[in-house]
Amino acid sequence: MADLTAKTPCAGLLPLSIGTLTLTEVDPGHMTAVAPLKGQTSALSEALKTAHGMALPAPNRATGKDGARTIWFGHAHSLLIGPAPDPSLAQYAALTDQSDAWAVVRLEGPGAADVLARLTPLDLRAPQFKRGHTARTDLMHMMASITRTGPQAFQIMVFRSMAHTLVHDLKTAIEAVTARAG
Amino acid sequence: MRIICPHCGARDRREFTYQGDAVALERPAPDAGGAAWDDYLHNRENPAGVTRDLWYHEQGCGAWLVVTRNTVTHAVLTTDLAATVREGLA
Amino acid sequence: MRLDGKGQIDRNSPVSFSFDGRRYQGFAGDTLASALLAHDVRLVARSFKYHRPRGVLTAGSEEPNALVTVGQGAAQDPNIRATTLELFDGLEARSQNRWPSLEWDLLALNDLGAPFLGAGFYYKTFMWPRAFWEKLYEPVIRRAAGLGALSGQHNADTYERAHAHCDLLVIGAGPAGLMAAKLAADSGADVILCDEDTRTGGRLNADTQEIDGLPGALWAEEITAELAAMENVRIMTRTTVTGAYDGGTYGALERLPHAVASRKGAPKETFWRIVAGQAVLAAGALERPVAFRNNDRPGIMMASAVRAYVNRWAVSPGRAVTLFGNTDSIHRTAADLIDAGVHVAALIDARPDATCDLDLRFYPGGQVCDSAGRKGLEAISIATPSGIDKIQTDCLAMSGGWNPSVHLTCHMNGRPVWNPEIAAFVPQPGMVPGLTAAGACNGQFSTHQCLTDGLTAATTALQALGRRAAALKSPRAEDTPYAITPLWSVPGKGRAWLDFQNDVTVKDVKQAATENFRSVEHMKRYTTQGMATDQGKSSNTAALAVLADATGRSIPGTGTTTFRPPYVPTAIAAMGAHAQGTGFAPQRFTTSHRASLDAGAPMIEAGLWYRPSVFPAPGETHWRQSCDREVGMVRNAVGVCDVSTLGKIDIQGPDAAKLLDFVYTNRFSSLKPGRCRYGLMLREDGHVMDDGTTARLGEHHYVMTTTTAAAAQVMRHLEFTHQALHPEWDVSLISVTEQWAQFAVAGPKSRDLLNGLLDKPLSNDNFPFMACGPASIKGTKARLFRISFSGEQAYEIAVPARFGDSLFRQLVARAETLDGGAYGMEALNVLRIEKGFLTHAELHGRTTAFDLGMARMISDAKDCIGKTAAQRPGLTDPDREQLVGLKPVGAIKQLTAGAHLFTAGDAPTRENAQGYVTSVAFSPTLGHFMGLAFVQRGPARLGEVITLVDHLRGITTRVEICDPVFFDQDGGRARG
Ligand SMILES: [Zn+2]
Repeated sequence: MADLTAKTPCAGLLPLSIGTLTLTEVDPGHMTAVAPLKGQTSALSEALKTAHGMALPAPNRATGKDGARTIWFGHAHSLLIGPAPDPSLAQYAALTDQSDAWAVVRLEGPGAADVLARLTPLDLRAPQFKRGHTARTDLMHMMASITRTGPQAFQIMVFRSMAHTLVHDLKTAIEAVTARAG
Repeated sequence: MRIICPHCGARDRREFTYQGDAVALERPAPDAGGAAWDDYLHNRENPAGVTRDLWYHEQGCGAWLVVTRNTVTHAVLTTDLAATVREGLA
Repeated sequence: MRLDGKGQIDRNSPVSFSFDGRRYQGFAGDTLASALLAHDVRLVARSFKYHRPRGVLTAGSEEPNALVTVGQGAAQDPNIRATTLELFDGLEARSQNRWPSLEWDLLALNDLGAPFLGAGFYYKTFMWPRAFWEKLYEPVIRRAAGLGALSGQHNADTYERAHAHCDLLVIGAGPAGLMAAKLAADSGADVILCDEDTRTGGRLNADTQEIDGLPGALWAEEITAELAAMENVRIMTRTTVTGAYDGGTYGALERLPHAVASRKGAPKETFWRIVAGQAVLAAGALERPVAFRNNDRPGIMMASAVRAYVNRWAVSPGRAVTLFGNTDSIHRTAADLIDAGVHVAALIDARPDATCDLDLRFYPGGQVCDSAGRKGLEAISIATPSGIDKIQTDCLAMSGGWNPSVHLTCHMNGRPVWNPEIAAFVPQPGMVPGLTAAGACNGQFSTHQCLTDGLTAATTALQALGRRAAALKSPRAEDTPYAITPLWSVPGKGRAWLDFQNDVTVKDVKQAATENFRSVEHMKRYTTQGMATDQGKSSNTAALAVLADATGRSIPGTGTTTFRPPYVPTAIAAMGAHAQGTGFAPQRFTTSHRASLDAGAPMIEAGLWYRPSVFPAPGETHWRQSCDREVGMVRNAVGVCDVSTLGKIDIQGPDAAKLLDFVYTNRFSSLKPGRCRYGLMLREDGHVMDDGTTARLGEHHYVMTTTTAAAAQVMRHLEFTHQALHPEWDVSLISVTEQWAQFAVAGPKSRDLLNGLLDKPLSNDNFPFMACGPASIKGTKARLFRISFSGEQAYEIAVPARFGDSLFRQLVARAETLDGGAYGMEALNVLRIEKGFLTHAELHGRTTAFDLGMARMISDAKDCIGKTAAQRPGLTDPDREQLVGLKPVGAIKQLTAGAHLFTAGDAPTRENAQGYVTSVAFSPTLGHFMGLAFVQRGPARLGEVITLVDHLRGITTRVEICDPVFFDQDGGRARG
């Protein structure tokens, strides 16, 4: 019997390049939900700094950088993206493997915010939603996480099973924005 | 309509799921008697004015909220985390 | 006729178009209306009810008459206002509501029948006989009266929705809006400036007055260029703000120019939701007609519109123009016409004290009392103190004063107030929180007033936003006082039109009052005043003034009707963009989706998920053949089924067991790590919410399984229980539905199959029924559960989702070597019904643990959600409908879900109903149909033969009540 082979959520769907905009699948590495135990938030933040070089993010914020990032992911947990979680974290937090649970894509290029404005009610204006800001929000009826990773770049996550819809909706919006630009 | 989530800030109401009156936070003891349970489960005011109800930030942070709003003007007056409100009751 | 020299049209860019099949040429910058008027095409439409000839009345979105149909086939778009339709090369427009042609409309006979078609005619004329309404009257009326028609085909155009956010939304880019936007932008606010026109400037494009010494239109162009260069400003032309909603949210419809909309991927229209911290409404004002006999002939137009056609589009709507009204608007129009070299035949100012310094025939205190002309205006009659004067004219420019466009200020239930000085309704402050009116829509009519009022409104908005207003002075502009003597209708016989689009006359409104429809809302519905697509923008105020007069009340005492969004007609397709076809909801695909399609499985929807119904084998032509084979495969060999869609919730923390004991009826704190347990979950009102198995992976670590249907609901419920009832508990809830691809491997050969795959072999002893634990496949970590939804010896194996496709293919390939294979939803359903297992067909929200025969699962030793309510007498009444099985014993062997059950011999009526069927299937294992049902006192009636009646499908048969577990009642197969 052959080994099990891995498939990414957007396999066969991406990359995509239309006009000045590109949509690519991100290989996030490990993704771990980190939910602090009661009263352990600061201790967890310290442990995260020691082990992975970044603090636990405040609400609506991301810490770290490409390759090793923690993004605020809800009222009670954050998502460590990149490295495998250091075992020391388990002392202060419930850790749940989410490496396969989310489709992760990167939308980049002039007009990226205009594309998202067609899909989410989130306020994405640059002064309100700066690099390092993140939000849990609705994206065409899908629970989504949106993080600004650059002046014209966003990381977008939805449940893995919805990767097809995500790509379809983003593609439609990219085409519309590109057509307007002429 | 916009609801201010204490975690996420002002958001479109499409991100929220409506539940019902905030009385749901005040669960009676099992032996509180039929009248108390009827009030908890079924009897509801229908005010033309200020009301407190529960909303779930389902497409957002996943927090349960107590939203105080005016059913006549549609103004959203305050929002609190249900957990905080519940801790205040305990 | 086209005038020389003037205008904002590009004479170097000719544009070819057609109207009713005839080809014409216009210029870039024209609207269809201006281009038709340039060719002296005056008759453009027939009226709604009487098929009266109609021409262009206005130059804006309030146009009631000049509605046309654009496009062919599926792209046919009816009721497009010619006055705002930008001309483009190849445009094909057609007139509406005429037969056989616009010129010779036979239905104009309706005009002769006018006495019968007045207010309330529907209610009076077609009362009897009743049956005639649907069959005869309504179809005839619908054919005779109406506007444009839909194509009846699927709309092929692309529409779009989008969101925008700003500190300040400025609605309208006339002088007031431009000043407000400029001040806010200079003060650092994020500004969106919307205007429904193709360019900014508003009335400045139509009029000739100067600002700071520049022609108004040029001043607007310069300030617009300054705004456009600022990063914090977004100018949205061709965008009508259609409604004001809660929380500073505004709806806006953007129409893309044809050149853009025709590009691939581009939408035709975009419906915007704009969220604004503050808003300034600078929507301007609309000039209102005067009602007089035959005031609806083509050639009779609004004075401000005539000015717009002359100045902006270089078109004179007539060769001998007359003017009639009660404000200086007509004088200004006359001056512009004379300036453009057009002959002005007479100016009739209804104000007795009016003066005029223009060189023309002047009638102070005169009133136009009738008009003549067959398909367009040829002459008017003027009532003067000395008698009736008749004048030849092909265009009458009229003005009854101006109505501020207060609409948006009233969208949250506010009512405007009457300002007698300008004889118009104006907004009150604060009717829409955060919205300030400025300029003409605020009753400020001079250009100077508009400019300063724009600044004032922006200052108010900036203050509310917590920003300091920058220094900006109001430029110099005319400040002529507005002088009006109200004139709503000219007395006299005959029909004088108020609502041009719905053919409502002064007589109709008076008749409504006579028949005691005195409330303005009643009058509106009785006469249909203001109920057409223009929503009475030009006519409502005059109509209620007539009503006030007829009922002896004041205008403010009569009140206005309710202003509702949208401000202009908005295609449902625009508001519902992205929600057509599969765009309606996200599609969720399992990791085995591709492999299932490859195997030819038809997919069915389960909520948002897509799941295979059956996996047809070669030669199988009916789903039942495949289903029966797949059931047999599981009962006799091994089957593989993707069960990843079931909800999976990771529950961790010191208080995880407490939470589970509280949400489930039975105990989970006593479950040993490495074991699974079936759990039943109630709503607080005592009814069953969901069921599923929960596994204990560690001391403080559980993973809960929910049904596919209730996954989101259960997550919400668990979060509610934690956050809103027991925030003191230390427990964390994370959905892991998507993390794991999980497959059921079921059947007597399931262990054989897995043992060829797992790194560590299984035995019944080291992994007994209801065991769970980690496993690995070639080093890949997996989770293994010994649970069964088929009643067979079965496992569910979960791997990280990236391996789902690979594992599914391998499992199926291995199963096939063991005389098994993949099975779909149909077989899964048959297998579970054979075992009496439940789904949401049974857990439908009205059933209790008692009804399901599971009352004993509610632990006596602890509290749980729903326990108190579940013990109420009504929920444990032995007479309740309770779960049973059904077997056919009559001549008809088929059972149907949804059928009702009756005691043998009883009439099949609602009063006699004994219960209903929730699930049915043909069991290939047993060789007959079986059903699950709820029957009153069911468990006490085993063996009784009752009647099944399916009224919908016309089936009546006899069935025997039996135990709901049809197969392997002692459960030995699952444990083996
Ligand atoms: Zn939130």
